[in-house]
Amino acid sequence: MLAMNYRGPYRIRAVHKPEPEIEHPGDAIVRVTRSCICGSDLHLYHGLVPDTRIGSTFGHEFTGVVEEVGSAVQHLKPGDHVLVPFNIFCGSCYFCQKELYGNCHSTNPEATAVGGIFGYSHTAGGYDGGQAEYVRVPMADVGPTVIPADMDLDDAVLLTDALPTGYQAAEMGGIREGDTVVIFGAGPIGIFAAKSAWLLGAGRVIVVDHVEYRLEFVRSYAQCEVIDFKQVGDMAIHIKKMTDGLGADVCIDCVGCEAAGNFAQTLLGVKLKLQGGAATVLHWCINSVRKGGTVSIVGVYGPTFNAVPIGNAVNKGLTLRMNQASVKRHLPRLIEHIQAGRLEPRRVISHRIDLRDVADAYHIFSSKLDNCIKTVLVPPGMVRETTTAAASL
Amino acid sequence: MNMPDPSNTRSPSPSHAHIIGWGADLDPAMRPAYPKERTPPRLPHPVEPPEQQHSHAEVLHSTERPGITPIFGSTLPPSGLSGRLRRLAFRHSENDLRHWLMLLLADRVQMGEGLIEDISRGHVPNIYAEMGGRAELRHNPMGAARKVAIGVAALALVAMALKGRGRTRRRLRG
Repeated sequence: MLAMNYRGPYRIRAVHKPEPEIEHPGDAIVRVTRSCICGSDLHLYHGLVPDTRIGSTFGHEFTGVVEEVGSAVQHLKPGDHVLVPFNIFCGSCYFCQKELYGNCHSTNPEATAVGGIFGYSHTAGGYDGGQAEYVRVPMADVGPTVIPADMDLDDAVLLTDALPTGYQAAEMGGIREGDTVVIFGAGPIGIFAAKSAWLLGAGRVIVVDHVEYRLEFVRSYAQCEVIDFKQVGDMAIHIKKMTDGLGADVCIDCVGCEAAGNFAQTLLGVKLKLQGGAATVLHWCINSVRKGGTVSIVGVYGPTFNAVPIGNAVNKGLTLRMNQASVKRHLPRLIEHIQAGRLEPRRVISHRIDLRDVADAYHIFSSKLDNCIKTVLVPPGMVRETTTAAASL
Repeated sequence: MNMPDPSNTRSPSPSHAHIIGWGADLDPAMRPAYPKERTPPRLPHPVEPPEQQHSHAEVLHSTERPGITPIFGSTLPPSGLSGRLRRLAFRHSENDLRHWLMLLLADRVQMGEGLIEDISRGHVPNIYAEMGGRAELRHNPMGAARKVAIGVAALALVAMALKGRGRTRRRLRG
């Protein structure tokens, strides 16, 4: 089968490799119909996540048709078209019993801090991902969800990570009616966090980024105020000036470890890798939120240490909440939102690229070329057209 | 654009009326993560603990757990020098910085091993294509030209420096 293949930082290619097999009675083999490149895949692509082995196939956002199921699978059958949450989880361990599916204790032998994730290095369990024609899906009765018949596949694939992560980011902010919410990052997660903040009753939503076309898109798609951080001096002062000197009620980090905006952080964390990425946005969140406010973090950080201004967080009495999204928990409500027309996630998809051109797809997304917001990879022969959500602005 | 949302019992202020779905999840009962940890979980059917997956390949595991998990990925077992480094790294806990630094080092070492493996199989990797060179040329031709210019200038500088060193040596010998 055709699959994306990692060869080292910034180097990938499409290769033919053996099809996956059932390795456990709870497994299914899924033929992929859509897979996305996620902003967090770029941390792997740039070589920032430890134990990303040469030969890995990335891809934790995908939909597909069930081809084969293991002997213990009872609730999924060949032919079902499913969306597959990026978390691999058992549904029965201590953490799954608390609906913390992103923290499952049964699917990742290599690390205890994170559960299993498709195509996300051996630090997240060593599973191959969905940027391929076929993928092994463990715990097939637990994770995959059959896609409602009337749902667009492009909406469905965004339910596997991007939309639930943006929603959870907003929800972890504990937004109350009328709150001012500042979201750092105008990528797909930041865009969906902004949309979700409105659903939760925010009074004002401000999105921070430095790429003009992304800011233009979020302004139009999510009706937000925007800040280009390269046009302002000090971020904390700027936010305080916008909020009567108090600071935002909620700040949300949708950027993670490759934040631009601070030379020292970028040099230490991204170039020299002496800490788990650049903690620039964590500084901005903690210093821009009001006293007693909440900082919500869904941006991905490396497991090594980070220089974070925890003293300021203590002195300001902040609530810090963070996690990988527990996708399955959010699906019923988010499907309702899509079906009711309150959310239309597929509009963020700007590029539809053949899996054979995966190297170009990564480069376009990583370098923010061609007004790229979100890229969907499709198996050969399935490319219909290039959608132009961003280009149509 | 200004249609009211029938599921939203709250009336948005005039400034939010144009936002479809504003306040639809103001009621905590509508929030998937409220309360943030729920027991029992809202899975569609009861789930039994998974049986142990059989291992056909070497699987490293964190020292913070007694053994491997019931389910795991097994596609790329450790091998070669990078594999040795990874085994060493897994002697230390996730709490130990050495664990992560050794894994990062192993990743860089394996990149070299991958190149050697490619060449030993008679495959010369097309690094230009692997790094998305075609997309760069198509969507950022000025950037591509700049990179080429910088590369050529750097090569010229290196060549000049080597030539200069050669001339100095000959002069010293002569």
